[in-house]
Amino acid sequence: MKAFDLAFFGLTALLVLLGGIGTVAAKNPIRGAMGLLMAIVGIAGMYLQLSAEFLAAIQIIVYAGAVVVLFLFVIMLLGPQATTSAGAAGTKVSRYFGAGVFLLSAIGAMSLLWRTRSELAALPKLSPQHGTIEGIGRELFTAHVVPFELSGALLLVAVVGAIAVARGKQVDPTLAAKAKAPAEAAGGGDAGHGAHAKEAG
Amino acid sequence: MSTVPVEYFLIVAAVLFVIGAVGFLLRRNLLVLLMSIELMLNSVNLTLVAYNRIHAANHAGQNLAFFVIAVAAAEAAVGLAIVLAFFRVRKTIHSDEANLLKN
Repeated sequence: MKAFDLAFFGLTALLVLLGGIGTVAAKNPIRGAMGLLMAIVGIAGMYLQLSAEFLAAIQIIVYAGAVVVLFLFVIMLLGPQATTSAGAAGTKVSRYFGAGVFLLSAIGAMSLLWRTRSELAALPKLSPQHGTIEGIGRELFTAHVVPFELSGALLLVAVVGAIAVARGKQVDPTLAAKAKAPAEAAGGGDAGHGAHAKEAG
Repeated sequence: MSTVPVEYFLIVAAVLFVIGAVGFLLRRNLLVLLMSIELMLNSVNLTLVAYNRIHAANHAGQNLAFFVIAVAAAEAAVGLAIVLAFFRVRKTIHSDEANLLKN
């Protein structure tokens, strides 16, 4: 039992770390998205080991099913220009310094964690509802109902905002035909724009 | 029920966060930057769920991870829309080209 648990953990940890490195190191963003998918599936496996079954399902549905596919759509939409040359070639020293600070602080955190691991060792017995839809849903709809509703509003705003930003300025063809007849409307618009630019300058 | 100690998961989460942070700082492709942010959010979620395994009286960590997933989905949608709008203006997704507000 113990050996199987360790093997399962090792498999998921390998998936997560190789996927993460593949995401960050890939020249081609499509390979990066595949690495992200690998890391996400590995994390879903880790949720299963931590008895968070509901979150494991959500992780697969939302991340692997929606976010990675969204990334792939955008990569396909951009075409070959999605691949930019020069990875870390012209990178400034300050960026390496920032990365080094992150690395050192993580090493420090891990050493602290390793020194105090005896206090973490005892895993408590779990109630049968821990991590299931029933257990989480009961808390979500009682104690956390306000943030739950707010996250619904956030998702709605994000959908509207994403569509508005990604579409850009679209000219309605019927409006454009109407606006062509009175030319002074367009002239007035240009003058207003110029005045605004002058003001800004 | 798994018998693997919780600190193993925490260490994997810390390493994944560093991978995401280093990628965010060193890469220049806007899509890869967004993917690095997703990696960091995922590692934080893993930390929350791992600590919830120790303090198992309620589901506080798992609920917070649930909200983080919702916010991350919204962030990915808006971020990719911004990348598309940026690409329409500059015809590239190199992050150093995003200097329209400089000077």
